Amino acid sequence: MTDESVKPIVMPKWGLSMSEGKLTGWLKTAGDKIAVGEQIVEVETDKIAGVVEASDAGVLRRTIGEVDAVYPVKALIGVIADASVPDSEIDAYVASYVTPAADEEEEEEKSAYAFVDTPVGSIRYAKRGERGDAVVLVHGFGGDLDNWLFNIDALAAKTTIYALDLPGHGQSTKAIPENGLLGLAKGLLGFMDALDVERAHLVGHSMGGAVSMLAALEAPQRVQSLTLIDSAGLGSEINADYLAGFVSASSRRELKPVVEQLFADPKLVSRQLLEDLLRYKRLDGVEAALSTISSQFQADGKQRTVLGPELKGFDGPILVIWGEDDRVIPAAHANALAGAKTEIISGVGHMAQMEKASRVNELVLAHLGV
Amino acid sequence: MARKISMKQAINEALDLEMKRDPTVIVMGEDIVGGAGAPGEEDAWGGVLGVTKGLHAKYPGRLLDTPLSESAYIGAAIGAATCGMRPVAELMFLDFSGVCFDQILNQAAKFKYMFGGKAKTPVVIRAMVGAGFRAAAQHSQMLTPVFTHIPGLKVVCPSNAYDAKGLLIQAIRDDDPVIFCEHKNLYGHETDVPAEAYAIPFGEASVVREGKDVTIVSYGLTVQRALEAAEKLAKDRIQAEVIDLRTLSPIDWDTVVESVESTGRLVVVDEANPRCSIATDVAARVAQEAFNALKAAPQMVTAPHAPVPFSPVLEDLYIPTADAIAKAASKIASHAIAA
Repeated sequence: MTDESVKPIVMPKWGLSMSEGKLTGWLKTAGDKIAVGEQIVEVETDKIAGVVEASDAGVLRRTIGEVDAVYPVKALIGVIADASVPDSEIDAYVASYVTPAADEEEEEEKSAYAFVDTPVGSIRYAKRGERGDAVVLVHGFGGDLDNWLFNIDALAAKTTIYALDLPGHGQSTKAIPENGLLGLAKGLLGFMDALDVERAHLVGHSMGGAVSMLAALEAPQRVQSLTLIDSAGLGSEINADYLAGFVSASSRRELKPVVEQLFADPKLVSRQLLEDLLRYKRLDGVEAALSTISSQFQADGKQRTVLGPELKGFDGPILVIWGEDDRVIPAAHANALAGAKTEIISGVGHMAQMEKASRVNELVLAHLGV
Repeated sequence: MARKISMKQAINEALDLEMKRDPTVIVMGEDIVGGAGAPGEEDAWGGVLGVTKGLHAKYPGRLLDTPLSESAYIGAAIGAATCGMRPVAELMFLDFSGVCFDQILNQAAKFKYMFGGKAKTPVVIRAMVGAGFRAAAQHSQMLTPVFTHIPGLKVVCPSNAYDAKGLLIQAIRDDDPVIFCEHKNLYGHETDVPAEAYAIPFGEASVVREGKDVTIVSYGLTVQRALEAAEKLAKDRIQAEVIDLRTLSPIDWDTVVESVESTGRLVVVDEANPRCSIATDVAARVAQEAFNALKAAPQMVTAPHAPVPFSPVLEDLYIPTADAIAKAASKIASHAIAA
């Protein structure tokens, strides 16, 4: 009964565990012209705050979601349509919209968190998407696969995504392989073996970028391309205070200012984001694991593994993405690799894939050629 | 790996993991295995509500059924702690502490101080607290303020399964005597709990809900009631911040004061009787530290100054309800919405 030119704006699903989100503010008002990619409405989940961007062009005809109200994923919060569509049709669309039930899908997604035994121990991972090339997402120091919450679904639409928790991280084994970052790189290849992933594109963030590069040097035939986001391993400078603070913080009060350094906009650090990090950091063995990795990764405030100016032995395409306001690893490192495509995003800190997810997703998909 | 388990299971798991990790951890109490000297099946009980069930088979000889004499076995646990063990003594109901109060008040709490810091007393006394269990006046009290009053004791009262596991592990690893208060009506309450061991540091309150209009401070069961109240208040557009103290000694003044500095309003919810309670303690401290930030008088929602009634109707009225908490918050915060 509705015209296809009427496009819904729905509560997004950011990450595997999101079931609802709070609308915190409209950035556009009804009647505004909207272009694809424009920021329309601010949403806060229990993990992080973010902005919903338009996936369709048109006129914002209705703002249905109320500020400070909580809506389930896929609930209708606004309507975009061409100016020519009559109001009655918009009203009919709104009246007939039914929020898809999440239950069945929810079950399916819960099982998307899985564990696999690898030579370095038990590894937790998520697999999403079934088409195209395999892509492995490798988080950074102290992170976990949820660092990709804004990316997994977007990338899985055209690829097969694997996101893992590195050893010592998330819900994977807390035993750290020997040989520092190279040990983690071998662990990553072992993870690919365990899942019968012969060849994959590696997307690495921060320390995960260095781990991905080392994996590409270790087994170049198995790495189709590299995407390095605010990556370690491209220069010696690193904010050692951040690393030390992250390892030692044991309370919300200590952790908050440390984690705020990750973002250009510190308001993105929510109570739940900190609570989740503390829950991870409190587990027996985590502090020791982080402390070990940190000391293998940097010494006297300098990164110990610097690759480049060329990745000798790896000929695949490389994309480097950096947040201009990165306060952990300087954006100047973005130009360290000769022959790599480089993109620096303004108004973004160290967590580029979270702070400007849509741009990063777009760049990664273009880089993969899908 | 996290999964949903009850607070009762979380406590059992904490004991299990610590007994596995540290051979000096032992558990003592009435009926915690099969009942002292009782013939027949061992591990028949696992404590009066089954919290320790299953541990006897895993750690034979390390769970000790004691005679029905709190003064004897709490004293023995404290003595063993001074000699290198890490005993967890189950007092069943904290209401029974009267008969072993000397051992706790005048011995365990004092050793570190009277022996120049050289004596350690790593004992945990686990006990059920709180009303709502239809167990009448002698099995239902919230005596947390009594123990919080005594320097040398640490006092813990979790509000959920996740915290219970991490706080009990911390209590066992702690070198001071810890009174670990378990609200019996939370035993069935389920939350996500990792299977691994983890310790939650003492003296760190948890901000379980953020809000800008009013700060609600509580601990134990009434944290859940405060969260219900916050939901009700949200419908009236009052945004309540809910703080779970988790540990009463040490207590996290900074989190409470910082919150009141931003909201300007305080409601303290305490299931204990109102006089000389956690409620009066928090209200007084906030009045002293954050007086200039206060926009209204701090409110206290507590049990009345009376023993817990046996009549179910009266007992339900006795414990602070979500409605009572919401009402107290509305009284001081309703004009916040107009602004």
